[in-house]
Amino acid sequence: MGGSKVGAPEHLIIKGKRLDGRAPGDFRPITTDVGVLGHAKGSAVFRFGNTWAMAGVMGPHEMHPKGLQDPANATLRTRYFMAPFSTWERSRPGMSRRSTEISKVIKEAMQQVLFLEEYPKTAIDLYMEILQADASTRIAAINAASMAMADAGIPMRDLISAVSVGRADGVLILDVAGLEDNFGDVDMAVATVADKDQFVLLQVDGIITRKEFETLLGMARKGIAEVYRKQKEALIRRYPGATMEAVQ
Amino acid sequence: MKENFMHKLIESGKRLDGRAFDQYRPVKIETGIVTSAEGSARVKLGNSLVVAGVKLDVKTPYPDTPNQGNLMVDGEFIPFASPEFEPGPPSEEAVELSRVVDRAVRESHCIDLEKLCITPSELVWAVNIDIHVLDHDGNLIDAACLAAVAALLTARFPKFDKEKKAVVRDQKPASGERLPVVDRPVEVTIWKLAGKLLIDPEMEEQESAEARVTMATKEDGRLCAMQKGGKGFFTSNELLQAADLAVEKGNELRSMLPAL
Amino acid sequence: MEAKSELLVRERALVTPGDVIARGMEYLPGPGTYRENGELKSKVLGLVRLKERLVTVVSLSGVYVPKPGDGIIGKISDMSATFWIVDLNSPYDALLNISEAVPEFVEHGTDISIYYDIGDVIYVKVLSVSRTKNVSLTMNDYRAKKLLGGRLLTVTATKVPRVIGREGSMIELIKKYTGCLITVGQNGVIWVKGPNEGLAARTVHLIEREAHIEGLTERVTEFLENETKGNLPNMPPAQESGEERESD
Repeated sequence: MGGSKVGAPEHLIIKGKRLDGRAPGDFRPITTDVGVLGHAKGSAVFRFGNTWAMAGVMGPHEMHPKGLQDPANATLRTRYFMAPFSTWERSRPGMSRRSTEISKVIKEAMQQVLFLEEYPKTAIDLYMEILQADASTRIAAINAASMAMADAGIPMRDLISAVSVGRADGVLILDVAGLEDNFGDVDMAVATVADKDQFVLLQVDGIITRKEFETLLGMARKGIAEVYRKQKEALIRRYPGATMEAVQ
Repeated sequence: MKENFMHKLIESGKRLDGRAFDQYRPVKIETGIVTSAEGSARVKLGNSLVVAGVKLDVKTPYPDTPNQGNLMVDGEFIPFASPEFEPGPPSEEAVELSRVVDRAVRESHCIDLEKLCITPSELVWAVNIDIHVLDHDGNLIDAACLAAVAALLTARFPKFDKEKKAVVRDQKPASGERLPVVDRPVEVTIWKLAGKLLIDPEMEEQESAEARVTMATKEDGRLCAMQKGGKGFFTSNELLQAADLAVEKGNELRSMLPAL
Repeated sequence: MEAKSELLVRERALVTPGDVIARGMEYLPGPGTYRENGELKSKVLGLVRLKERLVTVVSLSGVYVPKPGDGIIGKISDMSATFWIVDLNSPYDALLNISEAVPEFVEHGTDISIYYDIGDVIYVKVLSVSRTKNVSLTMNDYRAKKLLGGRLLTVTATKVPRVIGREGSMIELIKKYTGCLITVGQNGVIWVKGPNEGLAARTVHLIEREAHIEGLTERVTEFLENETKGNLPNMPPAQESGEERESD
C-alpha cells in the first residue's frame, strides 16, 4: 500500500492478535486521574498504554487584548503541544502545523458542549500536553481535556469522549497504537458528546469502503461508551467521601 | 438577524441563489497559468478564487522513506481575499486547509512517490504545492483541492543536471515529462445548516453553518480521507449520507479535471 | 402522553456534567442544571441540592460571578478621578463610583485616594451587574467598611455557605476557637484578624477540602479541639455579622 517504509513489520496481526497481544476490539490499559495540578483551575491525566496526555484549564479569566473579547461569550483558546521527549526521536519544540490543526479540531469539539455564554468577555485557556506519544495522542488529549474542564467547574452539557479506530492487515481495530499507526492502512480519530450519536471530531486517513466506514463508526461508539464511563468514574474519585447513591 | 433569516430559508428548502442543496456553483479550472512554476492551476468556484502552484526541487529523502519523493502542501489566505484574513503567519484555518488537501493527495496515493526517487537514500524529487486563496466566497477546501490536483496533473519536471545533482533554473518554462500522477482525488465538503446537509455554500451560508465534514474520494470512488470541522456535530446517519454525497459529487467535479 | 416526573438522585449526591437528576416537567432547573428533552441534567461536577421542586447543583470548583446584592470583599486595584476599580477575585472587575462610596460632596479634582487607596481591602456590596457583566459596587450598606490589618483567605465561591454554616454556626465555631474577627465575602474571599489567624486559615482550608463530605461540622469541631487542646482564646469583640443567613 503506497510504498513501503523502513522498519515496517511483516505483519501487524498474527493469528488474530495484534503485536502487543490485544484482540482487535481491545483497549490498551486506560488510566485516568483528575485534579493533578495545583495552579490550574482544572486538570486531568488520560493514558492509553504508553500514550500519556495531561490537560490543564486556566480561567475563566479576563481576556486580553480587550478588543478581542466576545461580549456575549467566553473565548475558548486551546493548545495541543507535544513535548520534544515524548517521541523516540526528539521532535522539535514549538507548535507545528500538525499541532495547530489538532488544537483547532479539539477546540471545535469542546465548543459544542461548553456553556460559554455564562462567562462573557472572558477567556478560558485549555492546555494539553503530550508527555509520551504512542499514537492516538489527540484522543488521549481530548479525553483529558474533557475531565479537566469539568474539574475546573466550567459548565458543560456533557463530557466529550474519544477513541481511535483503524485497519491493519485488513482487520478493523480499536485504539490504534504506535506501529499500527505508522504502518497500518487506516487511522480514524473520533470524538462524540458523551456516548451519544453526536460526532464532534472526525479525522480519517486511509482508503475505506462505505461499509467499513459504517462498521468503524459503530466500533468507535462502542469503545467510546467505555471511555465515557471511565471519565465519569475519575471525576467521582476526585472527591472521595462524597455520596453517590441514587434515590430508590 | 442574518442567522435567523438563513435558518428559515434553509428550513423551507431554499437557498439564497436558488440552487439545490446538492448543487455546486459554476466551476472554472485553468491550468498552466504561472510559467515560473512547474505546474499551476486557477480555480474559480462561484466567486471563490484559488491559485495553486507546484514547484519541484531535489532533496534528500525522509529517513523512513528512502525510496520515495517528498510531498509538502502549504496554504496561505491572502489578506485581500477577505476582511477576516490578517497578514502574518498562516492562521489555524489556513493550516487546516493545507493539511486537509495534503490528506487527500497523500492518502489517495495520487502521486507515485517511488517514481520520484533518483538515487535511493540520497536524492529524490520534492514536490511542493502552495495554495493561495485570493478571494473568499465560501467552500475554500473543495476549490483548493481541485487547484492542487489540477496543478499536479499538468506539472512537468524541470531540467535536471545529473552531474551537479541539481535542478537547472534557466528561466524557461518546465518542459520535461509529466509528473507520475496516477489518481485524481477530489474533496467534497458537506455542510450542516439548520439541521440540513448541503454542499458548496457561499460566504453568507457558510457563516451560518453549524459544522462541516470534508471527504476525499479517489478515481475509483473509494473514500480516502475525512476531516470534520466547525463547532456542531454530525450523527452517524448524517455521516453516511455525507459519504454518499461525497462519492456522487466527487465524480462530477473529477470530470472537470484534466485527464490522467 | 406526559411522562411521570421522577427524581433519580438524592440530596447531596455527587454528580458529573450530563448526569440526569430528574425527569418530567415537575422539577425546575436551578443553577448548575439544564433541561434537555424533558430531562433535568447537571452542568457541573458538584453536589445536588433540592428545595421543594427546585433542583440545583452546587459546583465544587469554579470562579465567582458577581450578582446584585452580594456582599463581597475586594481590593482596590486602580482608580481614576471619579471611581475606583476593585479586584473581586473574579474574571470581572468592578467599579466603585465616588457617589456610592463617599457620603459627603467631593470637590472636583480631589485626589480620591484619601478615601480609598490602591491596595485597600473593603467589604462592599454589588449594586448592579449589566448583561455584559459590567459590575457596579456600593458602600451604601451597613456592613460596608474598610478592613484593616488581618489577612485574606480565598475559597471556591460556591463553598462560602459551608464556611458560614447553618445560621452562621460554622463561623461562630471558628471565632470561638481562634479568637479572630471573621468576615466572609460571597466571592470566596475571607478576612480574618486576631490572635490565631493561622489556625483560622487552616480551618478554612479544611472546610474547602472536605465541603463535599457529610458531617463537616463534627470534623471541624474535632480539628479545632485538637489544635487548641482546650485552651480557648478570649472571644473577639462583637462584630456586626455581615454574613447572610445560609443553611448548612
